Amino acid sequence: MNEPTPELVLLSHGGGGGRTKQLLHDIILPALGYDGSEKLDDAACLDVPERDLAITTDSYVVRPLFFPGGDIGRLAVSGTVNDLAMQGAEPRVLTLGLILEEGLELAALQRAMQSVGETAREAGVRIVTGDTKVIERRAGDGLFINTAGLGVRYRGADTHVANARPGDVVLVSGTLGDHGIAVMSAREAWGLETRLPSDVAPLWDMVKSLLDAVPGVRCLRDPTRGGLAAALNDIAEASGVGVRIREEALPVREEVRGACDLLGLDPLNVANEGKAVVVCAAADAARALETLRAHPLGRSAAVIGEVTPAPGGRVLMRTRLGGERMVNVPSGEDLPRIC
Amino acid sequence: MNKEIQAIRELAGGLGRTVRLMEVCGTHTMAAFRSGLRSLLPANVQLLSGPGCPVCVTPIDYVDQAVALAQRPDTVVATFGDMIRVPGTEASLEQARARGAQVRVVYSPLDALAEARANPGTAVVFLGVGFETTAPTTAWALREAARDTPNFYVLCGHKTMPQAMAALLDGGEVCVDGFLCPGHVSVIIGSKPYEFIPQKYGLPCVVAGFEGEDMAAAIRMALKQLAEGRAEVEVQYTRSVTREGNAKAQAAIREVFEDSDAAWRGLGTLPGSGLRIRGEFSAHDAERLLAGLEIPPAREPAACRCGDVLRGACAPPECPLFGTLCTPGHPVGACMVSSEGTCAAYYQFREK
Repeated sequence: MNEPTPELVLLSHGGGGGRTKQLLHDIILPALGYDGSEKLDDAACLDVPERDLAITTDSYVVRPLFFPGGDIGRLAVSGTVNDLAMQGAEPRVLTLGLILEEGLELAALQRAMQSVGETAREAGVRIVTGDTKVIERRAGDGLFINTAGLGVRYRGADTHVANARPGDVVLVSGTLGDHGIAVMSAREAWGLETRLPSDVAPLWDMVKSLLDAVPGVRCLRDPTRGGLAAALNDIAEASGVGVRIREEALPVREEVRGACDLLGLDPLNVANEGKAVVVCAAADAARALETLRAHPLGRSAAVIGEVTPAPGGRVLMRTRLGGERMVNVPSGEDLPRIC
Repeated sequence: MNKEIQAIRELAGGLGRTVRLMEVCGTHTMAAFRSGLRSLLPANVQLLSGPGCPVCVTPIDYVDQAVALAQRPDTVVATFGDMIRVPGTEASLEQARARGAQVRVVYSPLDALAEARANPGTAVVFLGVGFETTAPTTAWALREAARDTPNFYVLCGHKTMPQAMAALLDGGEVCVDGFLCPGHVSVIIGSKPYEFIPQKYGLPCVVAGFEGEDMAAAIRMALKQLAEGRAEVEVQYTRSVTREGNAKAQAAIREVFEDSDAAWRGLGTLPGSGLRIRGEFSAHDAERLLAGLEIPPAREPAACRCGDVLRGACAPPECPLFGTLCTPGHPVGACMVSSEGTCAAYYQFREK
């Protein structure tokens, strides 16, 4: 017996007519937890009495759409929530823009939308407005998502990258490179025997407990593309300080280290989607570490280095061997090497 | 202080002269920076990068052929990632792809073989570059293709390492006191193929692993040989390398390839330094697809000193283009492309 043909996204799903409505009501809205009590209108009207707001937007293109530990839906919510959280802003609402490629299986869309809904609930944000377009087959890569997020600055938090001062301590909330390696392993059949899950997760809850324990946190940065190296260089450059880290202190999983060795990548440059780099005063470091470690997403948190007056704008690492080297921003996409 | 580093300092002090060791392999070049090893070596122990980055030594006309193939109708070029940015005479594969050429990045020739099987109407050309590390899997894919995949081809640019080291020494331009031999290559070929170097040239060779600690130990071993007036092949990377190497992989290479002269960027054509596809497998040799394609006369970019860098005759910062006109984002020469390239390594760890 033949398998039933999977239902696919058609161009007419984006036409704005009955099919569009059907897609919205059958798949997207139920997955997001919409119960029909609110009217669907052209724009969402928000009543936000606070005036200290943060807003951000990001587009998500990941291949494959589903990977160990996550998928494009979880990524699209977490990424935007985390961008707000890194500004010390409590995420309130998200928008959701979908670009579907003709021929995408509706079941895949449904899975991704359920993941959006679940992750939004986990992060405590509401999805208040959205848009769906369909593009011709081969004009895209299955599913693209754009989310914009609005947040409210939490209790006067000021976590800008330019706030680091000499004497401050640098922490990271967990193991490095998990997301990048998980996605790369899922993307290509290397015969890598790793099912390492991505770390993709919304970080606001962890950041909130950190800000409660250490209101004076100086900088927060999520080491996404470009990895820890890019995040630390941003802090060093914006703050006009040096950052010195210790290789021995960096939490890196064995699988990530192994995959990086094999591919000629540096774990410092590999993307994370559920980690935060934290800079705080030395006096606050112990409390910050303890608070991070007490949170399920921060169990492997570690103090990795400190902020120094010189060299301004630069990041140095003391290596295992006892040497010192520059940690520079990778110049482009890292390409796995040949041998 | 690390005890290997301490031993290196003592031995180097005892030698009382400048010692130049060539690390042949690009992975070693990178590891020496990444591990901080370079910052720990005494001033009279110098590391020199050699011709061991497969992307870097691939000559420009090979890239031109690959670009022409990618533009051929019903043809897909499948390649390891770091090849796609290598500049050709007119375009890189990446630039050709943006103009509509069919280029796929794969992690293994077996991925390319799978693509050929899934698309019987398309000629899938795998770019066979690299040393004895990558040649066995290319051989394996060719052997499989010979059974049932007539549309799978290899554009063969594989090279072998020991002859290139001999050519450098024969050239006389580069003076080295010893070699750190590549660990990955040696897992396949064993340590035996280097034995002519101490015998003929009187230089120590140490096969090294890829951790900073491995390289430090290998440098210590090379210095010790120099201090004691010995010259032999020693293996530091004993956890993976034997004298005889991996017989199965060597047999796969021998079955499918034969020795040939090969053109190296910077070194010219070196006798017996490459592999070519044997007659039995010639139906899968992508050379057959080149007939009638327009391929521009190969032209190296002006002022680029990749060739000198590959011979160890010039350090990357001595090139006038380094870090200004030539960066990893806009590579002029191949050595700036691969993460294993000497110029890319110097750039990545530059002091800004």
